[in-house]
Amino acid sequence: MKIHEFQAKEMLRSHGIQVPKGGPATSGEEAVEVARRVGNGPWVIKAQVHAGGRGKAGGILMASSLHEVGEVSSRLLGARLATVQSGPQGHLVKKVLVEEAVQVERELYAGVVVDRSEGRAVLLLSASGGVEIETLAKERPHEIVREFLEPWGELPSFRARRACFALGLDGEVRSQVEKALRGLCSLFHEEDCTLAEINPLAITKEGVVLALDAKISLDDNALFRHPSWFQLRDPEEEDPLEVEARDYGLSYVKMDGTIGCMVNGAGLAMATMDVVLQVGARPANFLDVGGGAREEVVSRAFEILLKDPKVKVILVNIFGGITRGDVLARGIVDAASKLQVHVPIVVRLEGTNAQEGHRILEESGLRIHVAKSMVEAAKLASTLGRN
Amino acid sequence: MAILVDEETRVLVQGITGREGSFHAKQCLDYGTKVVAGVTPGRGGRTVEGIPVFNTVREAVRETGANTSLIFVPAPSAADAIMEAAEEGVGLIVCITEGIPVRDMIQVKAYLRGKGTRLIGPNCPGVISPDRAKVGIMPGYIHRRGSVGVVSRSGTLTYEVVHGLSQRGLGQSTCVGIGGDPIVGSSFVDILELFAKDPETEAVVMIGEIGGTAEEEAAAFIQENFRKPVVALIAGLSAPEGKRMGHAGAIISGGRGTAQDKIAALKAAGIPVASTPEAVAELVASVLS
Repeated sequence: MKIHEFQAKEMLRSHGIQVPKGGPATSGEEAVEVARRVGNGPWVIKAQVHAGGRGKAGGILMASSLHEVGEVSSRLLGARLATVQSGPQGHLVKKVLVEEAVQVERELYAGVVVDRSEGRAVLLLSASGGVEIETLAKERPHEIVREFLEPWGELPSFRARRACFALGLDGEVRSQVEKALRGLCSLFHEEDCTLAEINPLAITKEGVVLALDAKISLDDNALFRHPSWFQLRDPEEEDPLEVEARDYGLSYVKMDGTIGCMVNGAGLAMATMDVVLQVGARPANFLDVGGGAREEVVSRAFEILLKDPKVKVILVNIFGGITRGDVLARGIVDAASKLQVHVPIVVRLEGTNAQEGHRILEESGLRIHVAKSMVEAAKLASTLGRN
Repeated sequence: MAILVDEETRVLVQGITGREGSFHAKQCLDYGTKVVAGVTPGRGGRTVEGIPVFNTVREAVRETGANTSLIFVPAPSAADAIMEAAEEGVGLIVCITEGIPVRDMIQVKAYLRGKGTRLIGPNCPGVISPDRAKVGIMPGYIHRRGSVGVVSRSGTLTYEVVHGLSQRGLGQSTCVGIGGDPIVGSSFVDILELFAKDPETEAVVMIGEIGGTAEEEAAAFIQENFRKPVVALIAGLSAPEGKRMGHAGAIISGGRGTAQDKIAALKAAGIPVASTPEAVAELVASVLS
C-alpha cells in the first residue's frame, strides 16, 4: 500500500527525522494559509499523487510570493498529472504539499528495503541523492553502501557510523545523518514498511539534515496491527475495479487488453495471461478467484470483469483440485446465467472430474465454449474477441 | 527415497481445530500420511478425526514423537507458531498460511538461523512424496510416484504441471511448494541441493514467477553444481511493473524481477524453459530420453 509524500513525512517526523516546514492543502486559499505559517518564502508546491517522476511532469513548482503560492496551487489542484510512472491518463491532483524552499549543499540517498535472498531488511545509502536507486544499482552498484538491520528493526550505531564514513561524512553533519538513518530504520520496522526511502536526504547550507522527499510503502499483510492505516489509504489513487475487487477479497489487477481472465491461483493466472499474450491477444486483467473457486466468488469475479468496458470475451481457466471440476462447472453456469453475461465465455477446465464439468458446461444452453487446452482456449478467446 | 517427507514422517498439525486445518488434516490422513497430533492452544484433550489435540507443540512432540509440523494458524499468529515448532526441535515445518507480514518473517528467519529446522513456505501448498506422504493441501490423486522432482513458488500452477506429468506417465519423486511470499524458509537452491542427493530423482521441474532473484540464483547454482536435467517454467511475462500479482512476492520493482530476465538467466545456464504449463511434460520427456 502506497501513501502520499505528506503522510510519509509525517511518519518521518514522528521518528525524529527533520523535514522542511510545511503542510498539505486542498485549495489555493488553504495553500496560502500554510505558506504564511511556514515563513517568508520562497516556497515549493508539490502535487500529492502516488507516482514518481513528478518534478519532470511539472508537478513540483516554486513560488516566491503568497500570491504565486495561491496561483500555482490552484493550477495544480484538480488537474491531472501524467508522469513516467503513472501512464498517460495520469493522476488527479487533490492535494498539494506546501513547503519552505531550502538551500541545499549536498544531497544523499537513504532507503530501507527487504533483501529477499537474505531474509533481512537492509539500509541502502549513497552520495547520489536525487538519482533513482534502481538506476544507480544498474550503473554504479559499487557506490551503494549496504548495512543490515537487526531483526528487531535496529540499525546499530556502529553500522550507521560505518555507512556515513564510507560516504566521507564527518562532524556534526555525520551525527545528524546517523540519527536520520537510525530513525528511518526504526520507522521501517515499526510501521511495517516494504519500502522507506528518503531521496534526497539533503544537507542544507546551514548544515541541517532534512528529508526533502520521501516514499513509503506499507505491507498490506500487516494491516491487522495498524488500524490507523485505513485513514492513510487513498482509494482514488487506485483503479476503482481494483478497489472493488479487494473489498470482495479478490486479487485483481487491471490491464489494458480485451480478454477478461478468471483463474484459480495466482501462478496459474499469470501463466494464463502469458498464453493469451503468446497467441497475439492482450489480457484485460489478472484475476485470481482462489484455489477453491466457490460459486459466490465466481459470481463476484464475473461482475468485476463485466464492469470493464474493454472486455470482449471472458476466459475462465480453472484447475479442479480438491474442489471437483463438476462443482466448479456448476458454479460457473449458475453465476453466468444469473448475471446474464453478454460476452462469450471460453472455459478451460482441467483436473478432478473435468469430463463431467465439460458436459455440464456444454449442456448449459449458455454461450460457453469449452476448450481442451490453455493454448486452444486462448486462441478461441482471441478469435471471439475480434468479432 | 524421496526428499523431505516419506513413510517415516510423523505429522503434527498446528491449527488443527480450524476449518482449513481439520479439513486438510483429514485429507492428509486419507492419503496415508501419519498424522499423529494436532495443536490448538486451549483445545488440548480433544480429538479431530481421531487425532489427539494438545495445547502446546512441546506436549504434542513428547506424547507422539511428531517430527514434522504442518501449519494452518492464521497469519497474525503464524510466525509464533513456526517458532514454537522450531523450539521443540521439529525438523521440518511446512507453513501453508498466507498473509504473514514481512517483518514477522524477518524475525522467523533470524530465529531459525543456526537451528536444525527446515522451513517450507509460508504461503505454499506444501510437500508431497507420491504414495508415501502428503504434507500439504495439494490434491493427492493427481500425483504418480516416479523420478521427477518438482519445486515451485506456486499452487494451482504446480498442480497443472504435475497433472500433465502424471498423464504423460512421468511420476514424481517429491513435489515441493516453496511459497509465493517475498521471504520464504527454503529457496529453489535449498531444494535443488536435496534433489541432487536423492537417487530417486532423475530430473527436476522448476516453476518460478516474477519478483526477486531466486530463479537467477538457481540458474547459477544449476550451472555450477547440478548434474541432473532441469526444465523450467516462469509465469508473469505479461505482468506489469509495480503491481503485486496475487502472491505477495510476485512483483516487478524498479525493473527488477521480470520474467524476461529470469528466462534469459535460465537459458544462459543451458536450462530449457517451457513456453506454457502444458508444454512442460513434453520437455521433461525429451530431457529424460
